Amino acid sequence: MKPIKPIKKTVAGRFPRDKIYYIFFSLAVILTGLFVSNSYYLQVLTFIGINSILALSLNMLMGYAGQVSLGHAAFYGIGAYTTAILTVHYNLSPWLALPCAIFIAIFVAFLVGIPTLKLTGFYLGMGTLGFGMIVNIIFREWTDLTGGASGFVGIPSLELGPVSFYSMRNYFYLVWAALLLSIIVCKRLVNSRIGRALRSIHDSAHAAEAVGINTRNLKIQVFVLSAAFAALAGFLYAHLVSFISPGSFDFMMSVRIVTMVVIGGMASIWGSLLGASLLTLLPEWLHAFSDFEMVVYGLILMLIMIVLPQGLTKGLIDIYERSKKKDNS
Amino acid sequence: MLKTKSFKKVILLIAIIVTGCFIVSLPAMAREVYKIGGIFAVTGRASFLGDPEKKSMEMVIKTINDKGGIDGHLLKGIIYDTEGDPTKAAMAVSKLINKDKVIAIIGPSLTPTSLAVIPFVEKAKVPLISCAAGVAITQPVKPWVFKTAQSDVLAVAAVYRHMKKQGIKKIGIITVSNAFGESGKQQLQKQAAEYGIKIVRTESFGNKDTDMTAQLTKIRKAAPDAIVCWGTNPGPAVVAKNVDQLGLNIPLYQSHGVASPKFIKLAGRSAEGIYLPTGKLLVARLLPEKDIQKKALMNYINNFETKYNSSVSGFGGYAYDAMNILAKALKGTNGNKEKIRKALEGLKGHVGVTGVFNFTKEEHNGLGADAFVMVRIHNGTWELLK
Amino acid sequence: MQEILQYIFSGITNGAIYAIIAVGFSLLYNSTEIINFAHGEFVMIGALSLVTLWGSFHLPLPLAFVLTIVVVSGTGLLFERFAIRTVKKPDHIVLVIITVGASIFLRGIAMLIWGKDAYSIPPFSSNPPIDIAGARLLIQSIWIIVISLLSVVALYFFYNKTLTGKAIRACAINKKAAWLTGIPSGKMVMLSFVLSIGMGAVAGLIIAPITMCSYDMGTMLGLKGFCAAMLGGLGSLWGALIGGFILGILEAMGVGFVSSSLKDAIAFVLLLLILFIRPGGIIQSKDVQRF
Repeated sequence: MKPIKPIKKTVAGRFPRDKIYYIFFSLAVILTGLFVSNSYYLQVLTFIGINSILALSLNMLMGYAGQVSLGHAAFYGIGAYTTAILTVHYNLSPWLALPCAIFIAIFVAFLVGIPTLKLTGFYLGMGTLGFGMIVNIIFREWTDLTGGASGFVGIPSLELGPVSFYSMRNYFYLVWAALLLSIIVCKRLVNSRIGRALRSIHDSAHAAEAVGINTRNLKIQVFVLSAAFAALAGFLYAHLVSFISPGSFDFMMSVRIVTMVVIGGMASIWGSLLGASLLTLLPEWLHAFSDFEMVVYGLILMLIMIVLPQGLTKGLIDIYERSKKKDNS
Repeated sequence: MLKTKSFKKVILLIAIIVTGCFIVSLPAMAREVYKIGGIFAVTGRASFLGDPEKKSMEMVIKTINDKGGIDGHLLKGIIYDTEGDPTKAAMAVSKLINKDKVIAIIGPSLTPTSLAVIPFVEKAKVPLISCAAGVAITQPVKPWVFKTAQSDVLAVAAVYRHMKKQGIKKIGIITVSNAFGESGKQQLQKQAAEYGIKIVRTESFGNKDTDMTAQLTKIRKAAPDAIVCWGTNPGPAVVAKNVDQLGLNIPLYQSHGVASPKFIKLAGRSAEGIYLPTGKLLVARLLPEKDIQKKALMNYINNFETKYNSSVSGFGGYAYDAMNILAKALKGTNGNKEKIRKALEGLKGHVGVTGVFNFTKEEHNGLGADAFVMVRIHNGTWELLK
Repeated sequence: MQEILQYIFSGITNGAIYAIIAVGFSLLYNSTEIINFAHGEFVMIGALSLVTLWGSFHLPLPLAFVLTIVVVSGTGLLFERFAIRTVKKPDHIVLVIITVGASIFLRGIAMLIWGKDAYSIPPFSSNPPIDIAGARLLIQSIWIIVISLLSVVALYFFYNKTLTGKAIRACAINKKAAWLTGIPSGKMVMLSFVLSIGMGAVAGLIIAPITMCSYDMGTMLGLKGFCAAMLGGLGSLWGALIGGFILGILEAMGVGFVSSSLKDAIAFVLLLLILFIRPGGIIQSKDVQRF
């Protein structure tokens, strides 16, 4: 009796804690949606949601599996362009286009992942960078299908039965519901056997292999999963703005996603949320600096990395704990 | 007793102050301020467009306010930077509509950013006057969207008319691989047959490329009578240099995208003999006195140059016209957006710096073929062609 | 035939530029294992400094040349001292973000100093282009090719024949061991930074006359140079040179025989191919013997 009890407690105590977070999160989202009536703020929050899904998807790959990708915007773009092409050129319902977009992203990720994920460290980063650039050039040059550099106009807004997502509030709910779903999927995955295997790859791929983890398959699976989430974000972005152009999915966008993850904190799901919020809001605040904007942005980026290389979430917690220790001693 | 007395005094004092304030502020405060939004690519790749546009818009607003505003309403310009990024433009336009509650918007500077914000203004029913060139902005017509920049349709037509006169039959085209170049390429291909011109080679270049001789060599192989380059600085200046370097002895036509003194400075000697279509602003001083736009043009140039102490660019003129047109349309609308839209649609014969605007229900750009003149670069300056 | 020759001329001109940028990447990677994403920005600063010093202040060309290299290397030194060495946890990804941050920062600074407009300056010597079998070769192209080749040869001798060069190599092979033998490894890292960024400045100097210089010219040049470095073999001096020329010539041929719209794709397809087939690059650098 006695030895079982504590185990039960930890297992039982762990899941409800996550569940409490989720409930808290949902409540916060619902309340925000109810009380924020200005659709500008709702739009900013919606963009934060989309960016959070992106950051989260990359964090699975970078933070947990330790695989750097500098071409993540490609999957974001694939999601956006697939749904745009299917809904406009082929008159498909967006809700049917979504699985297609995700499927295509998964397919591409699978094809690219097999040779690319054999690489390590910088080489992997560079491989994904090259891939991202090529996808962007395809968006730009396949004019008949993608509208080329001028962009793709007239992507329909979303509707689900009587609910129209034309209204910003509904779209906000949709995006944040998608985000919550992504968080739950990622959290469950991280806390599962696969999650532990992933972290072992992060620490040492050789050691992971030695204990019988098929690192190659696992890496490809995470890569594919992260591509799927990025495509979801792309889908949400395309139907929100209703116009997409290659410039939104270029190398700088990939870098921005990486920055969100790193600043928020690698291997931290809530950190991705923080990083995405910060990087979405930062340019809005920096407008005040006008010509100095780039300088300030670059400086902030460098400073955070120099002072808090673990990202804001972990870095701040560390600082807090250190100060607490000092107080105690 | 004392209490009521002082109380009465206070009331009296307040009454006096309030009425005083009321009387003093009557002309200014009686009518609410009209808030006008502006979204331009003030920084980033397209800052050469956004920067003069922002300045021009601010200048017009100041001039109007100095004269007492419109129907007694003062204007307030709220301008945001898009950096040429569609996502940021969408955010900015939504901020203008929902947070700042503007009654009309001027900009954006680029075709992609304009296309990105159109759904938002259509949804919110706010009039927008874009400063970008792309035809797709006003064709098909969207009720709330207008534009002042000349469409590339007209620029291409001006180039082709000139070519026809010169007896040019075969051309090679080289365009920059962005929205501006792509739109230009489409128009060049679409209108070629109309003027009996055959495109023998189509090439493209990246705007930051260091060398375009490979593309030009390929064009040379097809033996065209002339080359058309469609892009914005700095790429076309490299094309001009490379054409010179390869010794291609055929005329080079550039687009209105490089119609600024900067181009001559960048291309140096290689700019000699290049033909290009441009709005009249660039050659305002060369225009005959009887030209209908001459007065408006000189007015803009003098005002801008004295205020900002820098030379005008044709691009700022788009925002200048947009703001002036909007000011005209605002009269008597009391800030009602639908009335502004109607007034814009009915605006006729506005002589601006870009051209003479005649808006109709079907035509939201309102410019005619006379919006462009052809110029040749000669001895490091512009030469107006008849 | 005439066309092919012209493509080759165009290719080697661009190739020489890519090569010298690639050399900068390789040098730094070799001794510090850092990929400097701000490298392209140093190229830009080099070009714009020359515009100011030679184009506006009318200093004699050799003096402007030296001053530019000094200015840019100085910036690089500050960059190493304040941004790289202060990092607590020199993780790959942290360093990547820092260099990306630095590239944005430098671009912003350049925009403040030089404005948003592009500049152009005349070639180093004003002779007309040479006609070889119907193809034209700019004198500036010869300058570019000669200067980049000379720089690489000079670097080769520096690394193989001088004591300091050998010390840097020792550090590159094993920092701790080098330190134990009395080599000040910190200083060597700093020197590598200066050399690498100095090469960036040289690249900026030689391309300024053939292209248009503006604050945002660096990013694409940096990426292409990087592709060239990977192609030749990251960390190898001769590899960088070969990679640069191959990339330049293939791009020109691609424009000539395939399509100019896919020009930029060529570099990145090559990058992927080399990564998948032979990740070490054409000249596979071994861990022990990198030069």
